[in-house]
Amino acid sequence: MSLLIYAESAEGKFKKVAFELASYAKKVAESLGTTVTAVTVNASDVSELSKYGVDKVLKVTNDKLATFNAKAFADVIKQAAQKEGARVIVLSSTTDSIYLAPLVAVGLEAGYTSNVVGLPLSTSPFQVKRNAFSNKAFNITEISTDIKVLGLAKNSYGLVESSSTLSTEDFSPSLNDADFNVKVENVEKVTGKVTIADAEVVVSGGRGLKGPENWGLVEDLAAVLGAATACSKPVSDLGWRPHSEHVGQTGKPVATNLYIAIGISGAIQHIAGINSSKVKVVINSDPEAPFFKVADYGVVGDAFEIVPKLTQKLKEFKAQNS
Amino acid sequence: MKILVCISHVPDTTSKINFTNGDSEFDTNGVQFVINPNDEFGLTRAIWFQEQQGANVTVVNVGGPDTEPTLRKALAIGANEAIRINAKPTDGFFVAKQLVEVIKQGQYDLVICGKESLDYNGGMVPGMIAGLLGYNFINSCIDLKVDGSSAKVIREIDGGKETSSASLPLVVGGQKGLVEEKDLRIPNMRGIMTARTKALTVLEPIDATISTKAVKFEKPAPKSTVKLVSADNLDELVSLLHNEAKVI
Repeated sequence: MSLLIYAESAEGKFKKVAFELASYAKKVAESLGTTVTAVTVNASDVSELSKYGVDKVLKVTNDKLATFNAKAFADVIKQAAQKEGARVIVLSSTTDSIYLAPLVAVGLEAGYTSNVVGLPLSTSPFQVKRNAFSNKAFNITEISTDIKVLGLAKNSYGLVESSSTLSTEDFSPSLNDADFNVKVENVEKVTGKVTIADAEVVVSGGRGLKGPENWGLVEDLAAVLGAATACSKPVSDLGWRPHSEHVGQTGKPVATNLYIAIGISGAIQHIAGINSSKVKVVINSDPEAPFFKVADYGVVGDAFEIVPKLTQKLKEFKAQNS
Repeated sequence: MKILVCISHVPDTTSKINFTNGDSEFDTNGVQFVINPNDEFGLTRAIWFQEQQGANVTVVNVGGPDTEPTLRKALAIGANEAIRINAKPTDGFFVAKQLVEVIKQGQYDLVICGKESLDYNGGMVPGMIAGLLGYNFINSCIDLKVDGSSAKVIREIDGGKETSSASLPLVVGGQKGLVEEKDLRIPNMRGIMTARTKALTVLEPIDATISTKAVKFEKPAPKSTVKLVSADNLDELVSLLHNEAKVI
């Protein structure tokens, strides 16, 4: 009855969340006195998982699974869980994993809890803490079913190395045609750019930047930090930046290590979407801007003067420290 | 085409979040409730189908009598009829099973839910409905078109978007993009008046086991105040981010 994780990969390589999931699962497995099995789909080299405590890999290789399909992937995870007799299944909070998680829960008649932010508070009864009310509160949820599915909130546990001896087994789940009833016709992905979902640092601009022609400021700062760029809702509504960059309650959620807000006042809807970021920096000319109440560090002043200077300082810092 | 829009009754975004009864329940005192924003995008898209393609739109909510104003608002926006399942929406699985009963009875072609509610943020009900019924399911939808018995849907993915097609019946988890903010409708007087005469059916819940339960709520620890750095001393900011916050 090992604990199962779905270790996500893209183009054969594991995403960072796969290692965070493994780190978390290892700790949970220890408290349950069991081992960690990871199921992978079309991952080329699985050995890296052993650094984070995974004991066994069920390696699925199947061309039909080359593009993500929630029903088919949920079916793979379900069959892997059944094969391993897993009682706890841990999934990440990527767009794909939150898509398939409820399907896995139904398939296994499991209780499912998303947005989990820490290790179980108790394993009998099984209680976990999760984000709720758009990051304005936590709730402690008790899962009473025999099989439990947990969705780990992004960046909530981090990477913890613990080596293990990994055994790998090829696994061929049986997939049926109904698994592929939703047909993917086209995927458009931004290439060569850090996405908000994967970024460690996000630099975000608001209406204070006065117009789309000034976005070079945001982009230059982001480039130095290897960051993704984002924007507030008014900025995307005005068409200064694409909707895909809108972060906040009705936009993309951000749970990054460092979030830098430039010329964003900090409306409650914006804060709700970015509040799980670990460190928040605000640059704003208005010292009364609500963002200063939630930020860790703040600079009051003209973004047009401060941001280029900060970019320059960071460049120097990176040059010295790399 | 018969469309069912599943609606959550949630506290308005600007509400103060407090808990009562030994931190075991959300304190509704003084809280303004609204249609869950993700659901409202879906509802507005459904009304578009009603106006453009002759669809019939039913809204449904699992909740007590106090949630009826939210359903009436949906009717005032243009839904044809409403159903309330008289139960507390405590657990995602429980709610999904209630909605599945309604869907089986009503034989809907399209079920539109918000991808998550802004109170519990569970994000599980649409997927569970689809899983329980074996219907096609697409989450995080930002565009939805229906032609005859098939739908073309765009969903948001990490770093881009994906277009797919699926036959009806279909369940979608929707969000902003299904319609834009500017397309959302404020009920007018005529809508409010006609909403009073539209059918709002109350159904009793079916028996369903509870798989998860929120036993306690906590508020985040109060944040320490912001450290202000002078605009003339950005070296200090770089040093704080490196040495103290350790994020660069």
